[in-house]
Amino acid sequence: MTEYEIKAKNKFSFGLAELIQYRELFYFFTWRDVKVKYKQAALGILWAILQPLIMMLMFTLIFSKALKVSSDGIPYPVFAISGLLIWNIFSNGLMNSANSMVNNANIIKKIYFPRLIIPMSAILTALVDFLFALTIYVAILIYYHQGVDFVKLFIYLPLSILITVVTTFGLGSFLAALNVKYRDFQYLLPFMIQFLLFANPVLYSAKAFTNPVINTIMKVNPIASAIQLCRSVFTGQEVDWQGVAIGSIVAVVLFFIGIYTFRKTESYFADLA
Amino acid sequence: MDDINFNVNAGESIGIIGRNGAGKSTLLKILSRITPPSSGKIVCRGRVASLLEVGTGFHPELSGRENVYMNGSILGMRKAEINKHFDSIVDFSGVEKFLDTPLKRYSSGMQLRLAFSVAAFLEPEILIIDEVLAVGDAEFQKKCLNKMKDVSMNEGRTVLFVSHDMNAIKTLSNTAILLDAGKVVKNDKVGEVIPLYLNRIQLTNNWNRPEASAAPHFTNVSIVIKDHQPKLKLEVTFTIKSDVKMNKAFVAFNISSNTGTMIGQAIPNLEPFIDVSFSEQTFTTEIEITGFVPGTFLVSAWIGPHYSETYDWQKDVVGFNIVDSPQPGRVYPHASEQGNIVPFSKMINS
Repeated sequence: MTEYEIKAKNKFSFGLAELIQYRELFYFFTWRDVKVKYKQAALGILWAILQPLIMMLMFTLIFSKALKVSSDGIPYPVFAISGLLIWNIFSNGLMNSANSMVNNANIIKKIYFPRLIIPMSAILTALVDFLFALTIYVAILIYYHQGVDFVKLFIYLPLSILITVVTTFGLGSFLAALNVKYRDFQYLLPFMIQFLLFANPVLYSAKAFTNPVINTIMKVNPIASAIQLCRSVFTGQEVDWQGVAIGSIVAVVLFFIGIYTFRKTESYFADLA
Repeated sequence: MDDINFNVNAGESIGIIGRNGAGKSTLLKILSRITPPSSGKIVCRGRVASLLEVGTGFHPELSGRENVYMNGSILGMRKAEINKHFDSIVDFSGVEKFLDTPLKRYSSGMQLRLAFSVAAFLEPEILIIDEVLAVGDAEFQKKCLNKMKDVSMNEGRTVLFVSHDMNAIKTLSNTAILLDAGKVVKNDKVGEVIPLYLNRIQLTNNWNRPEASAAPHFTNVSIVIKDHQPKLKLEVTFTIKSDVKMNKAFVAFNISSNTGTMIGQAIPNLEPFIDVSFSEQTFTTEIEITGFVPGTFLVSAWIGPHYSETYDWQKDVVGFNIVDSPQPGRVYPHASEQGNIVPFSKMINS
C-alpha cells in the first residue's frame, strides 16, 4: 500500500519515482495531442509528412535557387531536410510545451498528477511528428542517391536528437512555468522561434560566418551543434566535437534550469492558471 | 483554513458539510494535492482518486471510446484496468451506440453519463468526491449514488464526500465533519452533525455586521416569512450604511436551496434605485415566494450601482424553512428535484 505525506513544499526534488508511477499518462497525453491535432483535417496524419516537405521545397526555392546559398557540397534539399528535422523537433516541441500548461489548465485545476508530464508529453508529440518526417528524409536521400555512412548515421543522428530534446525540454518547461503567470510569453514565443530559425544554421551553412563572436555563439548554442552534427553524416566534414561537447553541457544546464523553475512554481499553477 | 485535525479510517465514508465559503472546497483541493497546504501535513495510506469534477480531460474532438481511456487514465486508472471495465462502463452509461462519435456531438446529458460511468468504476482505496453529483438527471444521479454506496460498503473503500445535499450525505456517509470559517465545528455521526448544520442555517434569520469598507454595504439583513402557502411572502429588512458620498444603487436578493441550487433572484421592478448617500438607512421589502416546495433556503444580499459592479455581496447570510406544500389540501408526492411548483390555473379543452 502506498503511503505518502502532503505538506508545504520546502525542498527541491526531481520527482522521478512519481513520474515512473504515472508513466502511462505520458502515453495518453501524447496520444491525445497527436489525435486531436490531425482530427479535423481531411489529409489527417499526412500533414505530419507534408509540413516538412513543403517547408523544404519552399526553402530550396528561396535559398538554393534564388539566393544560391552554399550547401557544403551536398544537394540543397538534403542539406535543408537534415537541418529541418532537428529544427522542427525544437520549434514544435518548444511551442507545444510552452503553451501546454495553459492549454491543460482545466485538468490541472481538477486533478493531481506530476505536472512535468504535461510539457514532457508536448515534446513527445513533436517527436511523433519527427518520426513521420523521417520518411521524407529517407525519400530524399534515395532520390538524390546520397551516399550514407551508416555507422555515422546511427551515432550522429540519435545524438543530435538527444541534444535537441534535452534543450527543448529545458527551455520548454521553463517557458511553460512562466507562461502560467505571464501570458506574454505566449505572444513573444512565435517571434522568438522565427528569430531562432534564422539565427541557427538550419537553412544556411554555419561556415557562412567569419565573425569570431558569431562562431562562439554557434559553439555554445546546442541546437546549432545538433544541426551540424546531424548534417555531417552527409557532408563528410569533420565534426566539431568541442562544439558538440559545449552544446551538450549547455543543453544539460538548460534542462536543469527548466525543471528547477518548473518544480519551484508548479504548486501554484492551479491557483494561477 | 486553520487548525483542522481529523482521522478517517479505512472503509469509512465521511461527509464534509458547511456553508458556502466554509472551506470545504479548499480542504478537498489540499487533500487531492491540487494546491499545497501552507503549513501542516496530511498522511495518506493508499491510492487516492479525486473527483472534483466529472469528465476531467474530456476532449470534444475525441470519440466517446477515446475519452473513456483519456479520462480514466487522468483519474488514475491503469490502461489494463480500463480495458477490464470498458464494457461495464459503456453499459452503465448507456451510450454504446455513439461510442465512436466525437464527444462534441453528444448532448450534455450524454457527456455527463459517460463521465459518471468512468468515475463509478474507479477502484482507488480512497475516493474524494466534490459536489459532482449535483448535476445530471436525478435518476442517473441515484444510480451513481447507489453504485458508490455499494463500493464503499462492500469493498471497504474510504470515501470523502462534500455536498450541500443532506440526503446524499445521509445515503453515503456514516460520519460527517461540519466546517465553518475554515475550522472544524463538529466531527461526529451523521445523525448528530446534520441537525447542527441545518440549525445553524435556520437560526440565522437576522444577520449583523459590525464594520466594513466605506462604500455602501449591508450592516443588517433580517427576514420574516409572512402569509401562507401558496402565497408566501418573504419580508426582508435590511440596513445599508455608506461612509462616502455615493449617488444611487440598487439591491437584489438571491435565493438558493440549501443543496446549493440557485432558485432565483429577487430584484425591484419599478424605480430600482435607492439613495445611498452618506448615511445609514433601513429599508423593508417584500418578496413573493410563490410555489416554493418544502425545504431550507438561503438568501444572499447584493448591492451595486450597476449590474456589473458590486459594492457589497453577502452570500447566504440568512435562511428560512418552508414546511408546507404550495398545494395545500392535497397529498402531494413531494419531489424537490422537480424544482419549485409553477401552477397553472386554467385548462381549456379546445
